[in-house]
Amino acid sequence: MTDQGMTDQGLGNGLSPRDPAQQLLVAQAQVDEQQQAEAQAQENTIIVVENEAGEKSVQASGHGTGEKTEVSSHNVEGAVFPPFDTTTYGPQLFWLAITFGALYLLMSKVALPRIGEILEVRRDRIEGDLAEAERLRQKTDQAIEAYETELAAARAKSHALADKTRNDVKEQLDNKRREVEAELAKQMASAEARIQKTKEQALENVEQIAAETTVALVSKLTGKISIKEARSAVSTVVKG
Amino acid sequence: MATTDPISQFNIYTLFSFGTVGADENGANGIELVFTNSALFMVLSVGLIAGYLILSTRGRGLVPSRVQLVSEILYEFIANMVRGATGNEGMKFFPFVFSLFMFILITNMFGMYPYFFTVASQLIVTVALALLVMTIVIVYGVMKNGFGFLKLFVPSGVPAVVLILVVPIEILSFLSRPLSLSLRLFGNMLAGHIVLKVFAGFVVTLTSMGALGIVGAILPLGMTVALTGLEFLVSALQAFVFTILTCVYLNDAINPGH
Repeated sequence: MTDQGMTDQGLGNGLSPRDPAQQLLVAQAQVDEQQQAEAQAQENTIIVVENEAGEKSVQASGHGTGEKTEVSSHNVEGAVFPPFDTTTYGPQLFWLAITFGALYLLMSKVALPRIGEILEVRRDRIEGDLAEAERLRQKTDQAIEAYETELAAARAKSHALADKTRNDVKEQLDNKRREVEAELAKQMASAEARIQKTKEQALENVEQIAAETTVALVSKLTGKISIKEARSAVSTVVKG
Repeated sequence: MATTDPISQFNIYTLFSFGTVGADENGANGIELVFTNSALFMVLSVGLIAGYLILSTRGRGLVPSRVQLVSEILYEFIANMVRGATGNEGMKFFPFVFSLFMFILITNMFGMYPYFFTVASQLIVTVALALLVMTIVIVYGVMKNGFGFLKLFVPSGVPAVVLILVVPIEILSFLSRPLSLSLRLFGNMLAGHIVLKVFAGFVVTLTSMGALGIVGAILPLGMTVALTGLEFLVSALQAFVFTILTCVYLNDAINPGH
């Protein structure tokens, strides 16, 4: 590459811009021509430096912006368009391989697994939280259900208790009433029996009295009559 | 550096050299290990991506902080893209696709900063990335499907007569994939930055021409502002396009029968 630089130096004759647009501008800017020619001349001042190893390097000193070492001298007339300059391909490929390789390693071994892990942890956490919320919701539902079951059971129990109590009381009352009624009935029966007896006695007494009266009456009227006849007559009348 | 030449922004120059290895006694035929501006922005991008993603997720917050949320959004964005295009089996390529997307996106975004270098404006970089994708597609496709991988070129449900025509087209389209994949990204980044630089160059040239020039510079300045916005969009979009096409091609390796 250094040899080419030297040959280029021979060809380089300063002022000759490649770009037509710039050429036009330069043509218009006549005032600047002298200035530009100087600048170009300075840019193309190529210094060949020889070091101990016998290695040559070409230095083009740019005006005003410091010095830089050209891999190949493009400012010189006849030089190739930089992207097509094959002398730069080696270093570019070398550094592309190193930098892109390093980037790939850093990405695949450090950065991307880490970001992936962060996203995974977050997704797991969100899913876990949702599952926990769902679990708690189910628990709440169960609690509500249990409460309602309990409530229903309690209500049923209280109903049963009330019914039982009512029934018990009613039964007790009924029993007592039945006892009292039975007692009353018994008393009534005995009273009735007594009345009946008294009545019968009374009736019997009436018949006796009637018979005796009949005897007395008949004997007064007609003569003697036995008490037996009188009594049968009386009973005939009473019955008839 | 303060030149209006729209090409010089693509120059690659050595920032420092690690010395030459494998040189013979005369110092010739050696390979010089150099650290270039392109390498600097690759290293910066990778450092930013890895640093941000690793530091922002350090807290492993169950409730993410803002910085952590950005990392998670990026992760899920690419994860959904891979899963959507390739199914769950494609998730083994997720770190690769994620690295690819972040690398292109961040190097493009670095390129949007004035005076910074755009890594993807170099053909060799996009070609290397595209070939990496196609190599993975072919190697995995053959490993997984064997000769079944060739079903990729034979669409199902097509009559045999038409196949004579379709198969060469399919092969051609497969072969053009790395080309279109790399040139799309390269072309977009290169053209965008050239156009941006040309319009910005107009502003610089015109303002050096006195009062009239300053008035005349307003239009290209407006264009530069608008194009900067457009370039941000293109930078992000091209990273996305490259990534989604990678997913589509990976899907072909996983399910070659369409």
